[in-house]
Amino acid sequence: MGNIIKVGMADLQTTDKQGVLTTLGLGSCVGITLYDPVKKIAGMAHIMLPDSRQIKNNANKAKFADTAIDVLIEAMRERGGQPKNFRAKLAGGAQMFTFGNGGNDIMKIGHRNALAAEEKLGALKIPVIAKDVGGSYGRTIELYGDDGRLFIKTIGHGSQTI
Amino acid sequence: MSIESLNQQHIDVLKEIGNIGAGNAATALAGMLGKKIDMDVPKVKILDIQEVAEVLGGEENIVAGIYFNVHGDIQGNIMFLLDLDSSKLLTNMLMGKSSENGELDEMDRSALREVGNILSGAYIASLVSLTNFNIHHSVPSLAVDMAGAVMSVPAIQFSHISDKVLFIETELKEGKDLVEARFFLIPDEPSFEKILNSLGVY
Repeated sequence: MGNIIKVGMADLQTTDKQGVLTTLGLGSCVGITLYDPVKKIAGMAHIMLPDSRQIKNNANKAKFADTAIDVLIEAMRERGGQPKNFRAKLAGGAQMFTFGNGGNDIMKIGHRNALAAEEKLGALKIPVIAKDVGGSYGRTIELYGDDGRLFIKTIGHGSQTI
Repeated sequence: MSIESLNQQHIDVLKEIGNIGAGNAATALAGMLGKKIDMDVPKVKILDIQEVAEVLGGEENIVAGIYFNVHGDIQGNIMFLLDLDSSKLLTNMLMGKSSENGELDEMDRSALREVGNILSGAYIASLVSLTNFNIHHSVPSLAVDMAGAVMSVPAIQFSHISDKVLFIETELKEGKDLVEARFFLIPDEPSFEKILNSLGVY
């Protein structure tokens, strides 16, 4: 196993075939992972909110689905990745708490985060080849730089590689 | 007003809310258990969002989060957080059992929701008495999961107004048993100003 690089909340990181990117305990946040299988360049962003344009406090680009994907692509390009090769995998976007009568908007933030990531990737023509989103439980994810596999583990909901 | 710009006076006021709130909560818990509950002076902490899970023993540490919707004169949420050991201790105390069993069963979960309900009610009562606001809270929702995942919900709410989160940490003790409890008060942005305003420190 290569270098393990931790991606925090509202953070993004990249690596090459030697590295593993991980983010621990994803809840309503979404882990957006990109991989270039030709150049073996991997990137991961841990976003918290769908849209930077709706928030005043939007200096941290890694916090939002829309801006984080742009920055992540640029960071991978700097490492030699080619956006035309990029493919995406998504995980997270859970609804951790449920209130009666549909609850308020904030409770559906996980779903909105996942949707925003897919829309942005769609607009950039980056295919989402696998995803494990939704549910009501947390996820820890690991993206392997050697082949782009995404390992997902949970508490009580098993683990899988996508 | 943002969390970054809070000064010492703001923090003292928030600490006082925490103090009175936790005091009420301890009294309520003592009544429920029929035991004497000691409480230490709460700590008010302002942390970077990345640091929150570390405080809770790491992102993958299993915690119980009991979450409420707050409405009325202010809008927001309250999270009452316990680590797994404290959760078991509390439910065991409450139901007079001494199980060492690792899992929380449905009965435990229901008891936890009830504890959260009572403690948060006590906490809100202190906020009401200090501010004269009319505040209600919803029925609780419980999640037992990785700390990072549970905390992502309040972290996301805080993230609308700041890259920092504010929380009040308190320890409740019954004899030698220590229950570490944490309250997060998460007002929306206008409500945050309203609270400080009503306390004369804005």
